[in-house]
Formats: sequence, structure tokens, C-alpha cells
Amino acid sequence: MKTDYLIIGNSVAGINCIEGIRGIDRKGGLIVISEEDCPDYSRPLISYYLGGRIEEKSLSLKGNDFYNENNADVLYETVALGIDVEKRKVFTNKGEIEFNKLLIATGGKPVMPEIEGYSEDIKGIFTFTSLSDARKLKNYIEERKCREGVILGGGLIGLKCAEGLIDKGLKVYIIEMADRLLSMTLDRDASEIIEKGLKERSDCKVLKGDTIKRIDYKNGVIFRISLMSGREIETELLVIAVGVRPNIALVKETPVKYNRGILVDKHMRTNIPDIYAAGDVAEGKDMLMDRNTVIAIWPVAARQGKIAGINMAGGSAIYNGLFPMNAVDIAGYPVISFGITNPVDVDKYEIMVKKDEEEYKKIVIRDNRIVGCIFLGKIDRSGIFQGLIRHKVDISRFKDSLLDDDFGLLVLPAEYRKHMVRGEGVEV
Amino acid sequence: MKPKRILIREEYCIGCRLCEVFCITQHSPSKDIIRTYREKDTKPVSGIYFEEKGALSFAIQCRHCDEAPCVENCLTGAMHRDKETGNVLHNKDRCVGCWMCVMSCPLGVIKIDYKEKKVVSKCDLCIDREFPACVEHCPNEAIILVDGKGERIEKEKELKK
Repeated sequence: MKTDYLIIGNSVAGINCIEGIRGIDRKGGLIVISEEDCPDYSRPLISYYLGGRIEEKSLSLKGNDFYNENNADVLYETVALGIDVEKRKVFTNKGEIEFNKLLIATGGKPVMPEIEGYSEDIKGIFTFTSLSDARKLKNYIEERKCREGVILGGGLIGLKCAEGLIDKGLKVYIIEMADRLLSMTLDRDASEIIEKGLKERSDCKVLKGDTIKRIDYKNGVIFRISLMSGREIETELLVIAVGVRPNIALVKETPVKYNRGILVDKHMRTNIPDIYAAGDVAEGKDMLMDRNTVIAIWPVAARQGKIAGINMAGGSAIYNGLFPMNAVDIAGYPVISFGITNPVDVDKYEIMVKKDEEEYKKIVIRDNRIVGCIFLGKIDRSGIFQGLIRHKVDISRFKDSLLDDDFGLLVLPAEYRKHMVRGEGVEV
Repeated sequence: MKPKRILIREEYCIGCRLCEVFCITQHSPSKDIIRTYREKDTKPVSGIYFEEKGALSFAIQCRHCDEAPCVENCLTGAMHRDKETGNVLHNKDRCVGCWMCVMSCPLGVIKIDYKEKKVVSKCDLCIDREFPACVEHCPNEAIILVDGKGERIEKEKELKK
């Protein structure tokens, strides 16, 4: 098989790459290969599917006609096994595909920590990053009529999974090594509000500063976990959600350079001509750190995929770098965070905080520029802060207003405000 | 297709807030100003943020950006671009309240319903009307309508088409 454009991975980076390519080249052959058995779906929605808030058919992001409209062929249940960068070939379980331009968008892979007694054969242990994971988990809960479940990891995936399980009526234990939930994005104060909410609004226990030491099973099914602290919990259900790492297996035996993820330049090109990478597998520019990092979030995958597609099709687009940003609704609280929220080197930063029982706002400032924020409870207009971070706006003239409830564009410097509102659109 | 845009000329804004009044009216079930403001239950939220401090005031609503980050980052496809007009629209039925659009919009013009856990309002450029209600009723031309090239569209011209 031969194609102009080959995309490995059918999630948000891959989908945006298709759009990027088709914005320029309507005709060139385009093949997407996917390990999964289903058309594009929105990965973050699997918790809503698990909890029964939405049906499987509503998980589609672009709708049924997307591939047809974009003249793209998807090969399902097709696994990329290797790349011959000289001959421009990808080897799959179903044969070879020759390409002119390649995008690697293989995403991330759940990290499996070492736990005594763990083996892949034990039933009742799940990860939670794909629709197939969610289907298996849902079936298992329904078949065995599970009444409680344990989640290892209080990060975004763990908390989303917890919400799904709570919606299904389970009692949930979240075990988190750090001293807080969402440790990558929140601080202790914010986490405390969420923990209180989880406790009051659902049957959910958060065990912090602890982790699983041993797993015991009976008849091939997990029945008990033992924690580092000595505590034991009887459960038939364990979800491992300690994080994901870039899925770089495909390039390990190739000259494609990688660090934690596949290294890409501002055009999303790897070190090999005509091979691009985007999304959770790529290590691209982090605007705030001013170096390459893996930022495994939707907005980065979407932007990088789109930019890769434009460049693959002969256009010219540049990735200026992004920074971590997350939006989530947990325990009834909307939460949005940006950038550096827990600076280590505190002397270099100024921190502004507003807090009450139901609301928390934190702004982290470095050299008169905002570099991080947390909004919890009230998130109105928080996107303005994202713009201020991205455009490195000097905030010294309106710093006193940053925590105001009615903070808006009005206090911003006139040039910046006019650039934003003149109707020229927003550069992303 | 490039959408029409509402251009803001803050130096002309006199702070009358009629834009908001007519935005609310236009998006109410009756589209009648008196009924809209007397039947409180059905009064919608305006798609406009009105900002005012001292002599400075302006009304800001969705810019319908060319590369709209709210559309790019929407997890469900609820926030989408209308194929015909290019307007950025929100489909409430598909919204799950993930707040990605709120996070992404650097103008902060997407309003939230905290109870329903959904986006409640954003400017749709009065998609089912020939001319946006806010622009039509702005007495001082502090907001005007322009086409994709930035040329002004006046109401009379628009209606004659």
C-alpha cells in the first residue's frame, strides 16, 4: 500500500492533522492507522460513558461523516510495528504502507507501577485511558455487581474515573502518593476543598501519602490490596491511574530522536525529514519553561496536530509553544489551572491568593508576568488569564485588580485590549 | 467562509447597555421586549459582557475567531463552526460542562450555568436573524458589523439583499 500522508493514531492530534492537511491539500491520499476498533472518539469523555451520563454513540467528536468528508481512509485494529525511515515505510500487523509524509501520534501509555503480587492475568485490575478500557471496566462492574472500587492515583485520570464510578453508585477509595489531589496542577488549599466536596457529596475516601504495596487474588480475581501504611482494603476492583508516558516504542529502533517523547521542532518535524510527531507522544516547546517538554493535554495535541498537518501538506505554520492547562469539574467544583501553580523556587515568584470555603483563586507571578493560576469554584472569564500568560503581558499596572470578581478586559492595557477586541480574531 | 464580525469602538460607547437588553430579548422565547422582561423564568442570559469603569465602557462578545481555540479544545463537538456562515456556535445538547472552552477563550466571553453544568450563553451573531440585535440597537454605533474582509455592513444594505 502507498499513500501521500500516513497518520499513526486516530485521536485528537491525528484528527487535527487531517484537518490541517485538508485545509491545504484536498486530494492527496491519506491513511490513518488505529489500534482501536472504532472511529474517532473523545477520550476525556470515557468517564461520562462509564458513569452512564452519555451513550457510546455520543462519544464521537467529529461525527460519522468526518473521514468521508475529508477523504481519509482509516485502517482499524492496525498496529504499527516499525518504521523504515530510508524507504519511508511503516510495517504493521496487516502489511507495509509506504508514505511521503508521516505523522506519529501514538499518544501515551499508562504507567504500571511495580506492585508485589501483580500480574497481567489477575482479573479486576484496569487502566483507564481508552474506550476499550472503559467498556471492559463497565462490563466488569455490571457483571460482578461491584459495590466498591479502589483507584490508585489522584491525578486527572484517577479523579475522572472516580467520578464515573461514583455515578455508577460505587464506594470509591482514591489512593494518592502525594499530599494532595491533582498534584501536578493544584496546591494543597485547592485540593482540600475538593477532598471536602468528595467526602460530603459522595461515598469517596481519599487516602493521601500512601500507595499500594501488595495485591492478593483468589480464583484469578483480585480480592484485597495492602497499602504501604499497613491498611488493607477488600475490593474486587482496582484501577491503576498513576500517569501516562509517551508511547515511543515505535521509534526506539529507528534514527528518530527522542528524549522522554519524540523531539520535534517548531514545525512539529522530527530530526528525520518528512516524519512529524504531535500530541502526547511528542516533546515540543514549553513556553514557560523555554525548553522542550511533554505536555500531555488536549489543547497541545490539537494545536500540534493541526500545525503538523499544515506543514506536511506544504503549508507553513509554527508552534509557538504552550504550557500546561487543565479544566475539570470534580466533586461539583469547576476547576481551571494554568502553568506553574506550585513554584519550587519561591523567592522568584509572587503569589496572590483569594480563598473562602467554596472558592479559591491563586495567581503566580514572575517578573511582572503571570505564569500560573488556579481557579476553583468560580471560573468565569478565567480564559483571560490564559491569554495574559501566553502573550506575556506586563501586569504591573493592573495587578491590584487581578483578584477582583469583576476582573475583565477593561483594566488591561489599551493596546492589548484593542488587539484582542478589534475583531481581527485571536491568534492561537 | 469567514464570518461577519462585530467591531467594537469603545470610544463611542455611552454605556446605555441597550446591546444587552436587545440581546436578551432576541434570544428569549417571545422575542418581545416587554414579555421578556416580565416573565423572569424565561429570560435568557445575554451573550455580551458589558464592562464599565468611569468614562470607559464597552460591550464585548464572541469574536468568532478564525482559529477558534474554543472549537479546537471542545471535548464533545458542542462548540462548533457553522458550515454555512462560519459563525462559532454552541450546541447545548452536546455540552457536558467540561469547561475547556472557558479555559481556552482569551476574551473570557463564554458564560457558565453553574447549576446546569453547561455553557449557558455565547454570541451566535443572531444566526436566525438578518442583522445582530445588539448592533441594530446600538444608538451610537459603538458596535458595528463588518464582513469577512472588514468592510462595514449597514443594516439597510443587509436587508435589501
